[in-house]
Amino acid sequence: MIWRPWAKSGLLGRERTVRKEEERRRGIFTRRAAALGLVQFGAFAFLGSRLYRLQIEEGARYATLAEENRVSARLFAPPRGRILDRNGKVVAGNRLNWRALLVAEQAVDVGATLETFSKIVPLADHEKARIERDIRRSRRFVPVVIREFLTWEEMARIEVNAPDLPGISVDMGTTRIYPETEHLAHVVGYVAAPAESDVGDDPLLQLPGIRVGRAGIERHHDRILRGRAGTVQVEVNAVGRVIRELDRREGIPGQDVQISVDAELQKAIRGKIQEGTTAVLLDARNGEVLAMATKPAFDPNIFNSGVSAAQWRQWTAARSTPLINKATNGLYAPGSTIKMVVGLAALEARVCRPGDIVHCPGHFDFGDTRFHCHNRNGHGGMNLRSAIVASCDVYFYEMARRMGIDRIAAMANRFGLGVDLEIELPGTRRGVMPTRGWRLAQGRPWSIGDTIVHGIGQGFYQLTPLSLAVMTARLATGRAVQPHLTRAIGGRPVRGSRPEDWPSLGIPEADLRLVREAMWAVVNGGGTASASRLPAQYGQMSGKTGTTQVRRVSREQRERGFNVNALPREWRPHAMFVAYAPHDNPLFALSVVVEHGTSGSGAAAPLARDILIEAFQRLRPAPGARVAEATR
Amino acid sequence: MIFERRLLARDRGAGVLEKLWQIPWSFVILLCGVAAIGYVALLSAGGGNPDTYAQKHAIRFGFGLVLMLCLALVDIRIIARFAWLGYLGALVLLVLVLLHGNVGKGAQRWIDIGPVQLQPSELMKIMLVLALASWFHRASWERMGNPLFLIPPAIAVLVPVLLILRQPNLGTALITGMIGAAVFWAAGMRWWKFAAAAGLAALAAPIAYDRLHDYQRARITTFLDPESDPLGAGYNIIQSKIALGSGGLWGKGFLQGTQGHLNFLPEKQTDFIFTMIAEEFGLVGAMTTLALLMLTVAFCFFVAFRCRHQFGRLLAIGLGTNYFLYVFVNVAMVTGSIPVGGVPLPLISHGGSAMLTVMLGFGLLLSAYVHRDAEMGPMRD
Repeated sequence: MIWRPWAKSGLLGRERTVRKEEERRRGIFTRRAAALGLVQFGAFAFLGSRLYRLQIEEGARYATLAEENRVSARLFAPPRGRILDRNGKVVAGNRLNWRALLVAEQAVDVGATLETFSKIVPLADHEKARIERDIRRSRRFVPVVIREFLTWEEMARIEVNAPDLPGISVDMGTTRIYPETEHLAHVVGYVAAPAESDVGDDPLLQLPGIRVGRAGIERHHDRILRGRAGTVQVEVNAVGRVIRELDRREGIPGQDVQISVDAELQKAIRGKIQEGTTAVLLDARNGEVLAMATKPAFDPNIFNSGVSAAQWRQWTAARSTPLINKATNGLYAPGSTIKMVVGLAALEARVCRPGDIVHCPGHFDFGDTRFHCHNRNGHGGMNLRSAIVASCDVYFYEMARRMGIDRIAAMANRFGLGVDLEIELPGTRRGVMPTRGWRLAQGRPWSIGDTIVHGIGQGFYQLTPLSLAVMTARLATGRAVQPHLTRAIGGRPVRGSRPEDWPSLGIPEADLRLVREAMWAVVNGGGTASASRLPAQYGQMSGKTGTTQVRRVSREQRERGFNVNALPREWRPHAMFVAYAPHDNPLFALSVVVEHGTSGSGAAAPLARDILIEAFQRLRPAPGARVAEATR
Repeated sequence: MIFERRLLARDRGAGVLEKLWQIPWSFVILLCGVAAIGYVALLSAGGGNPDTYAQKHAIRFGFGLVLMLCLALVDIRIIARFAWLGYLGALVLLVLVLLHGNVGKGAQRWIDIGPVQLQPSELMKIMLVLALASWFHRASWERMGNPLFLIPPAIAVLVPVLLILRQPNLGTALITGMIGAAVFWAAGMRWWKFAAAAGLAALAAPIAYDRLHDYQRARITTFLDPESDPLGAGYNIIQSKIALGSGGLWGKGFLQGTQGHLNFLPEKQTDFIFTMIAEEFGLVGAMTTLALLMLTVAFCFFVAFRCRHQFGRLLAIGLGTNYFLYVFVNVAMVTGSIPVGGVPLPLISHGGSAMLTVMLGFGLLLSAYVHRDAEMGPMRD
């Protein structure tokens, strides 16, 4: 055996080297692994601090955000208050309306959804245009009405196809219905979708399908009828579906409004009148409007579902202006119906005494102008009473000349002519009771000739049939009754139903009695309206006829022998009649204007008589003072 | 070689019972704890109904547990020997998924193998760690300094990374690259080479960004400013943060999470499961979960330090980093710290592929621990 120490030492050396190398490698590994571990531990620490920051430091903020996610406050519309007539009959009510709504936010593709929808329920092009406009205008989470008044069958089809119609839901709303259709259209008004300018003050108006009053009582009492929106807090999931209701605050339901009009009477009156005729019937004692009839009118139900362009064109182009309430917006010269007011003004101005005689030769000359009386032969000597009864023009030419226009106007204003009557019908015109100042404001001088013509109710007058009825009621009662339509709100009567609620006009009773006697005689004492006496059982009517020229009658025509019946219809004078009844205890006051009716005594007075008979039959012994209970 | 075989033969004689005894049961209990958290969270995600997600989760975990314990008994040297085979198999699957894979969410990621759907990229992460560990386990420090020696494993990393990018799945590709880098680092790659490679990758990033798909870019831009598109791509991040934040300290309670149960939270049973936990159990629940997950990662490091062979060490580090990256990317994602990227929270999220691969990895880890003292052959220069 050879001793080979190198061998062994070599082997040992190699082993040692290997072990040393191994140790070295292990050391490097340990350091590097430790570094890696440290990095990973640091990463965990970072995650921990991140969680702490999110959950503790910003926890409250995120909790709020989560709550906002979860809870969605939704408005719901309370039922709109109804409008009842004086007997409690519903003249504007609500009926159920199933409608399809689309929330753009929830629809994946609005266009595709609508396409699918129109395969199930056909949509016309104009409907599609409206829907697209509505979607553009409203925010993406606000539901837009796609189709209203769905039938059961349509509803079922929509529900069955619901999976293919993301964003579409069917809900039950209410819609306005006007059972009296066109008969009360001008009084009750109508509702329509709010314009963009309406939205903003009331969150309620953002709701789909909501309607606001656009005319008449609907508009005047819109806030009362509309009520206040209720809110419901619901828990919603990520796609906005309601999971459960958390809290509900009932809104304030719209209150019923009872108006003074008698729907049946109104209908009966409208049955008697023809196109272009307006009749306003007031409760003379308190100014309640019992009927306000004019023809033609429109069906307010049409507004509810949207007026087509063709319908709108037809309405606005018609010469007969169906959309305009002629009782409050039709402007007429009063003709001879103004003569009581002129007489009272003359008495107050002390330009004459009741017994003073003015001689009527059939014309009145002022300077080199001749003003004609309707009686070409002249009435002879006239006092105030006989001048009213015979409707002598010369007497009133003279009175007007004596006192001037401004004093007539002042008296007329006291009788409600040319002033704001504050009736609950928005857009009502106050009309014009001309004065010197008014004419000057137009840049024209006022001549005495103007004054003279205005003494018989011709000239620049622009008065509404309503104001003539108010004048009559004030003549009958001596009180400053205001015309009004509201009897009760939410079952509580409003002020103004008693005569004592209205102040006296401050006109001497003797003067009033004089003109009342004269008006009595117009009908019952051989005056211009003798043919229109009331049947005895209803008492006696007092009134005054009027005929107002629409065109000036030239001297040439007058000399040729002027016959109004030969004129084309639209050139014929308007026929007017104002009356109250019964004479001794006035209940009713009315005005009748028959456009191109030619003669007040011939066309207007008989109609007034028929209306009064109708009123007596329906409202006897007196217009009911009962306030209808609001029943739902 | 003879020396090696003899040892192998001797070790084979070690009884199964002895090996079972060697299994760190505390770690198994830890995994059960994590899976239990997942069960509770999925129970909540299913609205309290175990049939929706939770039951399947439990079954999958049980299956994974058996797989893990079986693997733990397999000799680490056998595993090391077949490491490259496994890698090549995973590579084939990756190519197959590109050619025939099912398209899910706009990317080819899944492949049907019998009844189960497999995500080869998940499997690849494990196999890559195995392959790298087997490549490096006998390399001396000197050898690690040889650049030629580093080229084959670098290619072994880059090929699957590029394949995964092609799917396209940016998140997984990045994670795979990072796992590879971790093994390179732990194996002793010179730090300046490491830094140079990292710098090169950083330089390549803008070019890569250019080639990204639109949805991937959207993820990055919405991450930078989630409020820019609150109803679009940023929605998930915002809702997740709201859910997390509103959980507060103690949470809203089991089944009481409004964000999750009202569906504000997207994919609450998969990628956003952690948010669900944080919302219902608050910071306490979230921190507990995070702590258990951290312990799991820590155990991998523990195994790495206990192994007497480099193969086991590198394997443990690689697998630990894999699990760490799952956890970190997922939690950072749901807390809005990094861009959203479809990474599940393994053992907790619903889904079989990640669970199976993670349990596979833990099986390998346990094998390394059980055979921590095995002779793996000498070091080579």
